[in-house]
Amino acid sequence: MAVKFLAKDNLVPWLAELAETHRTIVPKREGEAVVFRPFAKEEAPELSARPTESPKSAIFPQCDTLMSFRYTKDEEDPGKVLLDLREMKDESPAVVVGCRSCDAAGFNTFDRVYMTDKITDQNYRARRENTLFVTIICEKPATTCFCNWVGGSPTDTSGADVRMTPLEDGWVLESITEKGEPLLSSTLLKDGDDRAGDAEKIRQQAKERMPEAPDLSEAPGKVLALFENNDFWEAESAKCISCGACTYLCPTCYCFNITDESSGMEGVRLRTWDNCMSHQFTMEASGHNPRPTKAHRLKNRVGHKFSYYPNIHDGNISCVGCGRCIKSCPVSVDIRSIVLHAIAAPAETEK
Amino acid sequence: MLQNTQTAKDANPYLPSIGTIVEIIEETPNIKTFRVVLNSEGDMKNFTFHPGQVGQLSVFGTGESTFVINSPPTRMDYLQFSVMKAGEVTAMLHTLSVGDQIGVRAPLGNWFPYEELKGKDIVFIGGGIGMAPLRTLLLYMLDNRADYGKITLLYGARSPEDMAFKYELPDWLERDDMETTLTIDAEAPGWEHSVGLIPNVLQEMNPSSENCMAITCGPPIMIKFTLQALAKLGFKDDQILTTLEKRMKCGVGICGRCNIGTKYVCVDGPVFTYAQLKELPNEL
Repeated sequence: MAVKFLAKDNLVPWLAELAETHRTIVPKREGEAVVFRPFAKEEAPELSARPTESPKSAIFPQCDTLMSFRYTKDEEDPGKVLLDLREMKDESPAVVVGCRSCDAAGFNTFDRVYMTDKITDQNYRARRENTLFVTIICEKPATTCFCNWVGGSPTDTSGADVRMTPLEDGWVLESITEKGEPLLSSTLLKDGDDRAGDAEKIRQQAKERMPEAPDLSEAPGKVLALFENNDFWEAESAKCISCGACTYLCPTCYCFNITDESSGMEGVRLRTWDNCMSHQFTMEASGHNPRPTKAHRLKNRVGHKFSYYPNIHDGNISCVGCGRCIKSCPVSVDIRSIVLHAIAAPAETEK
Repeated sequence: MLQNTQTAKDANPYLPSIGTIVEIIEETPNIKTFRVVLNSEGDMKNFTFHPGQVGQLSVFGTGESTFVINSPPTRMDYLQFSVMKAGEVTAMLHTLSVGDQIGVRAPLGNWFPYEELKGKDIVFIGGGIGMAPLRTLLLYMLDNRADYGKITLLYGARSPEDMAFKYELPDWLERDDMETTLTIDAEAPGWEHSVGLIPNVLQEMNPSSENCMAITCGPPIMIKFTLQALAKLGFKDDQILTTLEKRMKCGVGICGRCNIGTKYVCVDGPVFTYAQLKELPNEL
């Protein structure tokens, strides 16, 4: 494992070097929001504020072309029209610098679904295998943060290739994976062994600042046990306005839609982020909707993250505790309270 | 789909094979049957599936929808899909002609446990377009007739003109190795078969539940009352098979809309026993 030190003034030059060989994505301030954008020399990245959105689109773009299609005339038989399909994949190397550990860990949730022994989502895999993550630790939790409830921590490395720890005059960078090591080969980085102790102190303090986490081990069973209790879900979803901000900002929300867009004789098949909080998500052509109210839909979202997914995937909760769904919810629906209410619900109210 | 020839790691689960429509049958005023042959001779030759599995048909420019393959694996001259006009993709499919190219992603999902059903009596109960998935298994069983016990079919539609597979009904009625009852909701001129709702006709038929499996598909309201009728006739929950439909996109357990709790209808289904359905959260 390499430990390096990056002086403050060398951040932008180092990113510029990375950008020569990688699609380099960094958090940037845009108005009141901090969003992930391609690095540009003239715009300094925003590494101190917590990003408003997750870097989900680096690997799972909001709109991704799965394939292109073209109808062509059959030259031998002009009475026939043929169809030509082309797969579209982006395998260009990329690096995300400055996302938080929870954000990087979010992709582990995707991996268990998108790359299994039975099925591989090729568009996802192409970007996943070619994208590196340089995470930055969170020194101080926001009131909405709860990564330590769901197996994470402000310094967690489970999704990182390189981890940055901020010091007064720069950052200590450690490689976490072998793939991350080449990112630290730049001459702009100095040997960081003498600063490693300071960084460790900062990380220790960061972990200590996290409030104590409740035990969620009962959540999968308790949330499922409340399935038929419509009153519970009506109450929890009462203020939800079905806007979907929670799903778009969530680093682990991976549901999608597939649609075609065409112009004349050609077009593309697109995969776009979808939103399970929308009425249309499960609406069938017959008019039947298995999740007809927002209570049904919120139940599915919370159920998926805290019950169904862990039941299928070795107990892993499909939430990384970034708190964006709470912070950016216009009416402050708090997924933490819903899960705690479910755990606390007396057994007799379950049906 | 390329699944047949490539490993899971390399295959693109969203990339359809291209097929040609070789025949179109106008079944009813709103159901058309499409017979499709995959353009690649190898794809067609290597195509294997089990009765009950589904496929996604693509009309590029409009989209993709899920349909059961309703021709049996014992008759591989073409793959047959029956499409009821309901939404955008089905409406566009209905405009296609013989020779047109469509995308086919198949086979997807699980299937009827036709191996385990060997030696059993079978009662098929199909309502409307719900006859399509039953047809696959029925024809498969007729093609392997010695493997199965008594075969009974109850097929109902709203009116005579809403009855699909008309060209096969005379054969099914005449055969002495199966018993066929057809029913419509209300009397119609020239109709010589039963009249009445499926659950009521089923009760009158009074099939024995002993060593028997009931296999049913149809609109939700028909299923609801058919399940009650089957219970009265002594069928246990694990003696009833049905096949579900949900809005699907990916068809491979990723996109997240067809789940009922932990189960994804596209990969864990569409075929479930009633006993399995009862264990799932109530979100049909």
